[in-house]
Amino acid sequence: MLPFLARRLIVAALVALAVSAVAFGLMFVSGDPAVVLAGQAGRAQDVELIRHAYGLDRPIPLQFLSWIGNAFTGNFGTSLYFNLPVAPIIAERLSVTLILGSAAFLLALVVAVPLGILASLKPGGTIDRIALMLAVLGQAIPSFWLGLILIVVFGVWYGLVPISGTESWQGYILPVVVLSYYAMPALMRLTRAGMIDVLTADYIRTARAKGASQPRVLLVHALRNAVLPLVSLAAVQFGLMLSGSIVIESVFAINGLGRLAWESLLRSDLPVVQAIILILSLIYVTLTTAADLINAWLDPRLRSA
Amino acid sequence: MSIADSPAIRRRKLFKGLSASSAIRIGGGLLAIIVFVAIFAPWLSSHDPIAQDLGKRMIPPFWYPGSDPAHLLGTDHLGRDYLARLLYGARVSILIGLGVTLCAGFIGTMLGLAAGYFGGRADMLISFIVTTRLSLPIVLVALAAVALGGASLKTLAIVLSLLLWDRFAVVVRAAAQSLRSREFVQATQSFGASHLYIMLHGILPNLRNTLIVVATLEIANVILLEAALSFLGLGAQPPTPSWGLMIAEGREHILFDPWLIALPGAGLCLLILAVNLLGDGVRDALDERR
Repeated sequence: MLPFLARRLIVAALVALAVSAVAFGLMFVSGDPAVVLAGQAGRAQDVELIRHAYGLDRPIPLQFLSWIGNAFTGNFGTSLYFNLPVAPIIAERLSVTLILGSAAFLLALVVAVPLGILASLKPGGTIDRIALMLAVLGQAIPSFWLGLILIVVFGVWYGLVPISGTESWQGYILPVVVLSYYAMPALMRLTRAGMIDVLTADYIRTARAKGASQPRVLLVHALRNAVLPLVSLAAVQFGLMLSGSIVIESVFAINGLGRLAWESLLRSDLPVVQAIILILSLIYVTLTTAADLINAWLDPRLRSA
Repeated sequence: MSIADSPAIRRRKLFKGLSASSAIRIGGGLLAIIVFVAIFAPWLSSHDPIAQDLGKRMIPPFWYPGSDPAHLLGTDHLGRDYLARLLYGARVSILIGLGVTLCAGFIGTMLGLAAGYFGGRADMLISFIVTTRLSLPIVLVALAAVALGGASLKTLAIVLSLLLWDRFAVVVRAAAQSLRSREFVQATQSFGASHLYIMLHGILPNLRNTLIVVATLEIANVILLEAALSFLGLGAQPPTPSWGLMIAEGREHILFDPWLIALPGAGLCLLILAVNLLGDGVRDALDERR
């Protein structure tokens, strides 16, 4: 287990480094970052002043090293818009996005996994066909559009929920539903496929022959083995939810990380955007690495991979 | 009698076969209609999708009172004919979907071929690039790159092409790995064919079916992303009739005229549904033949 652990962690660290290089490199997409920072009203001498003040006249590898070194100690620079350190601004918004993402993730699991198990009991049966049809239809609906439609129906027509913001917990209902439904088809399909595979295995027949009850066979004997690929997919989906919430947050006017990223982009506040990209990527790397380790712990065969 | 011929399995296959072919029929038919509408948009509507007529703002579609027969699906906040904008919007979605998928497919296929065929160091490097790409928050990086590169459909297409090659690379790599040790590849090698020749003439033709399935499903993904980014204001710019942008423009009138967002959204749903059904159907049909 230890060599596997070490190898996996080294890869994760390298990926984290590569990801930060991309976040850093975004600064150069538009050409000269000093010109971007100076804004549209910037004169030539302003640009030179900024170039020096921000250390942009140093060699690029050196700039990268100092940026990443600072990020490592929690210093993500200064927001150009707020003129405040980036880290506390982000910390405040991150908690909102984490609440939203976690709730949506739990909802997706609670709906998709039982549905997948039910569908797997009779492949091609009525429940299976309805579940697959719902999955195909669900994947075709753009989440931001579904959000707007739900706002019209439940917020405006029936007045059941607030139409924007998260001052009360009711404000979270629609965004959580919209964010979660998009992950459901993939989770459902994988649970179903895993269960169908496992249920034909010999040890399931043995368990039944021993007189184990149906719930016990499904939940204890089958699900434990079918859950392996699900752990990886769940980690990926949770990461995608956190980064995908940018669209949902702007639809429901939620002050989370995604909305902050979008607003910062519109006002050319690059340090904030870079920090958010870096943090979301690192969360994703952590999640997928953790999923790999959990899988290796559950299934020793994977440790040699 | 082998296990595969047992009646139970045969019945399951038959059922799957039926559903696969009906998925292809429904998805393909729907897609054909949308593509037809997109191509013949100028003949289907006499209105210019970007011509404003401020005297005829916000005319409701035909099923509401106060509609105008000259504008079947009404007009938007600038008096532009909504039917024309919807028809031309299909063009934007389809062109972006096809164009980006072609470019991204090329990048991903080349990377996957090199990784799977050469293995070793090349494989390690390319797999690392793929992992890095997958770790990036795609919507955010695309938004940032488009914002910094100057928001337009062209920038959006370039950025998405450079970001969405991952699925191609992963699938092609796996396929190339399994083909590498096959006899016909080794025979070609023994004749002294170059690596590039073997990759392009020995391995690539065998990946055709796989690539068609991946490309179809990727087109749906691209269309969704284009709509989302245009909705956020960092894709198609006004007055381009993009469905995502039309939803964003209709958002201010969501209280009294929800049809302004309902119609382009319905267009998106139908198009993505059609593409996904077709992709799923083709995949199932090919699985079955194997």
